Amino acid sequence: MVLSKAVSESDMSVHSTFASRYVRSSLPRYRMPDNSIPKEAAYQIINDELMLDGNPRLNLASFVTTWMEPECDKLIMAAINKNYVDMDEYPVTTELQNRCVNMIAHLFHAPLGESETAVGVGTVGSSEAIMLAGLAFKRRWQNKRKAEGKPFDKPNIITGANVQVCWEKFARYFEVELKEVKLRDGYYVMDPVQAVEMVDENTICVAAILGSTLNGEFEDVKLLNDLLEKKNKETGWETPIHVDAASGGFIAPFLYPELEWDFRLPWVKSINVSGHKYGLVYAGIGWCIWRNKEDLPEELIFHINYLGADQPTFTLNFSKGSSQVIAQYYQLIRHGFEGYRNIMENCHENAMVLKEGLVRTGRFDIVSKDEGVPLVAFSLKDRSRHDEFEISDMLRRFGWIVPAYTMPADAQHVTVLRVVIREEFSRTLAERLVLDIEKVMYQLDALPSKLMPPVLLPPAPLLVAAKKSELETQRSVTEAWKKFVLAKRTNGVC
Amino acid sequence: MVVSVASTGSDTADPVQHSTFFASRYVRDPLPRFRMPERSIPREAAYQIINDELMLDGNPRLNLASFVTTWMEPECDKLIMDSVNKNYVDMDEYPVTTELQNRCVNMIAHLFNAPIKEDETAIGVGTVGSSEAIMLAGLAFKRKWQNKRKEQGKPCDKPNIVTGANVQVCWEKFARYFEVELKEVKLSEGYYVMDPVKAVELVDENTICVAAILGSTLTGEFEDVKLLNNLLTEKNKETGWDVPIHVDAASGGFIAPFLYPELEWDFRLPLVKSINVSGHKYGLVYPGVGWVIWRCKEDLPEELIFHINYLGTDQPTFTLNFSKGSSQIIAQYYQLIRLGFEGYKNIMENCMENTAILRQGIEATGRFEILSKEAGVPLVAFSLKDRDRYTVFDISENLRRFGWIVPAYTMPANAEHVAVLRVVIREDLSRSLAERLVVDIVKILHELDAHAAQVVKVSSAIAKQSGDDGIVTKKSVLETEREIFAYWRDQVKKKKTGPC
Repeated sequence: MVLSKAVSESDMSVHSTFASRYVRSSLPRYRMPDNSIPKEAAYQIINDELMLDGNPRLNLASFVTTWMEPECDKLIMAAINKNYVDMDEYPVTTELQNRCVNMIAHLFHAPLGESETAVGVGTVGSSEAIMLAGLAFKRRWQNKRKAEGKPFDKPNIITGANVQVCWEKFARYFEVELKEVKLRDGYYVMDPVQAVEMVDENTICVAAILGSTLNGEFEDVKLLNDLLEKKNKETGWETPIHVDAASGGFIAPFLYPELEWDFRLPWVKSINVSGHKYGLVYAGIGWCIWRNKEDLPEELIFHINYLGADQPTFTLNFSKGSSQVIAQYYQLIRHGFEGYRNIMENCHENAMVLKEGLVRTGRFDIVSKDEGVPLVAFSLKDRSRHDEFEISDMLRRFGWIVPAYTMPADAQHVTVLRVVIREEFSRTLAERLVLDIEKVMYQLDALPSKLMPPVLLPPAPLLVAAKKSELETQRSVTEAWKKFVLAKRTNGVC
Repeated sequence: MVVSVASTGSDTADPVQHSTFFASRYVRDPLPRFRMPERSIPREAAYQIINDELMLDGNPRLNLASFVTTWMEPECDKLIMDSVNKNYVDMDEYPVTTELQNRCVNMIAHLFNAPIKEDETAIGVGTVGSSEAIMLAGLAFKRKWQNKRKEQGKPCDKPNIVTGANVQVCWEKFARYFEVELKEVKLSEGYYVMDPVKAVELVDENTICVAAILGSTLTGEFEDVKLLNNLLTEKNKETGWDVPIHVDAASGGFIAPFLYPELEWDFRLPLVKSINVSGHKYGLVYPGVGWVIWRCKEDLPEELIFHINYLGTDQPTFTLNFSKGSSQIIAQYYQLIRLGFEGYKNIMENCMENTAILRQGIEATGRFEILSKEAGVPLVAFSLKDRDRYTVFDISENLRRFGWIVPAYTMPANAEHVAVLRVVIREDLSRSLAERLVVDIVKILHELDAHAAQVVKVSSAIAKQSGDDGIVTKKSVLETEREIFAYWRDQVKKKKTGPC
């Protein structure tokens, strides 16, 4: 009699992932694997590795939104397979973008008649928005110079040294010279007086920042406008202003409505804002708004004919997802003016709670202003024994990601820690952060300074015949391992 | 005694709490369109309003115009949702995500036979799509060429790039925004891709690169990159100009290695210096990811790379976009390890088979000419044999009624008189759907035929009645028919240029 055996082994779908061979195989890193693996295994492998990424919500370095309502998540997932650029196939999505552009243009007081549509576009972020705005300025300036019969091969743009890296990218990739107004100790934004002095006939625009990355300050766009108005009258150069309102664009209209920084100032010709910062949308959306049609040269606009519909487009990216545009529209109609104002007021209050907590420790100077983007930038009063980079490192152990960086030229000797207050950073979390910072300070106080001259350690203290007190022995052992824990960091900020 | 009345306050209480959304006032209020509303509304209301309006968008899976992926496995959807709040550019905060991108770059570089040694890492980057990838590649070529010219003491103010007239619009964008002249090799009837011979003729000392397309948008054809490489090598030898090649493999890059591995189009050809591919086309990821790979470090000028210091780590970056989501990168990695070489190959083979089914079905109607080739991107481009009674644009419009989105367009210069319909076969277009499409096309042909015949009857009746000077001008039925059709067709259509 033959005993038959049921085949039990090789049907991998029966085994749970962690019982299968997939968790024993080495994960392919640099070459595509030859064979497929089951989807559950692929999911589990990737999901588990990603556990070692930082927690986005504890990432206090970033302005970019890390939480949205579940209803919005549903809309995002439903639109994930819609290619935004297929305007004719997805007319409603296209219209939602147009509505967002108009809503934001009105928020910025664009001088539009009742029935006029705004000139603007949705982008992947402020980088793309800035490049488009810069391109428009460059082309306008070139056309003007050509008409005047003057050379146009040396365009330049004026900004503060506190600009975000994307301005440097724009300058380098589009061959425009970047003339930076240097900062100084205590003055960490662009000085309008110095900026206007640097303007010459080759300047395509002056870029002001509403919400400096470093300390959240709003630059004085009104003063810049007034000074530039005078200079333009004298020289006839007509140098315009661009406002990089990446962070501030969704804060100023709600918290500081009387602050004139937008299209209310006549020389402001275009503004960019990040939908994914205080626009309260996940990463991947920005907006660029022009004052009116004349500020966007027609030759830069592509007219693409899709299935009979003429669609004018001016973006660097073509195919991309639709989810973030829909999410932005959701936020705009869900919250409305009052909702955004409430959220910004909450952020501001929590920033104050954090600031006051830090001031109470007595160990820090506050570098950020109360007005501006809700963030707290602070530096140590006494840097002789430990610096801000060590505090940043130690906070990581508690789960917090708080960046430390040095200021750009000419204030490189100043180092700050910066905490950004986003929508979901509650008061409880702010108070907990203060507690953890206090713990860190306490621990650092007990540590020897790495900035002091090197201490000669006794060799293998346990083998030394000389009688040390127990305390001395303990101290020397402790010193030996502690010195390897801390290492110097460099500077820079995103 | 005061009888207190509880305030029912039905005006002030939030009705959504007590009744469904469709009973609330939110469905009666006009939707804010151009200005932000003053007040907030409940989240369920916001969700429902937007969701309902979006019902009127086309169904992405029936959008046969697009190469871009419209379906992924639910496990991948989970990974996507989990990482939707990760800002990809925060490399120090999300080191694993950054590493997944590096792994993808290396896998794709090896797929393209980049000459990398065992312990070397590939040079490449993830982008938002092929547009960004092409702009980065073009920038690298432009800068290399400028540096070379400056060294030689020659003028560097008039760079140009040579491509076929069949290029996708992003090349024109690159040329316009980065101030490079675009020299296009014109097409001709029957030859809808760039002719390598003509291309090499157009090359001059100001040419920064020649761009070949693997998977032309119009007909799915692969251009002969090997021939281009050989001809260009000869010309470079004669002139000493060193002009390189860029391969725009937006569609073809994830097809050729699996279906045509012996086809030499990638880094196996020595003049190919960079390649771009769309992760969101046959890379099988949702829209929002592309890849550009350079042959080696020398092909990417160091001055274009930004070294950003984040919390102590030096991260070299070369992209146009900065902050963006991480989801698509993770999804690309998922696909690469989930499917592996065999999985991609199976999927591409399925696509080709379903393409053949569709093509045979269309040919069997006897009314169409097939313009696409059998080898290339799995798509079917076809034109009407008889264009007198109605055009492909009519068919395209009528297909919409059935739910299908099939674009119609005219070829670029010099074949503008040729108009085609194009159906792209993606991973999720099964055989049953392909057969259904053929059935629907046949239905439409019948309808259009019947409609054309009816108009002929009407127009001949009108012809008999007209004639204001007593002379009845007898037009031929065909002439009248043509007039009427020309009239209403022109009302509805505008001249078409290129597709996407």
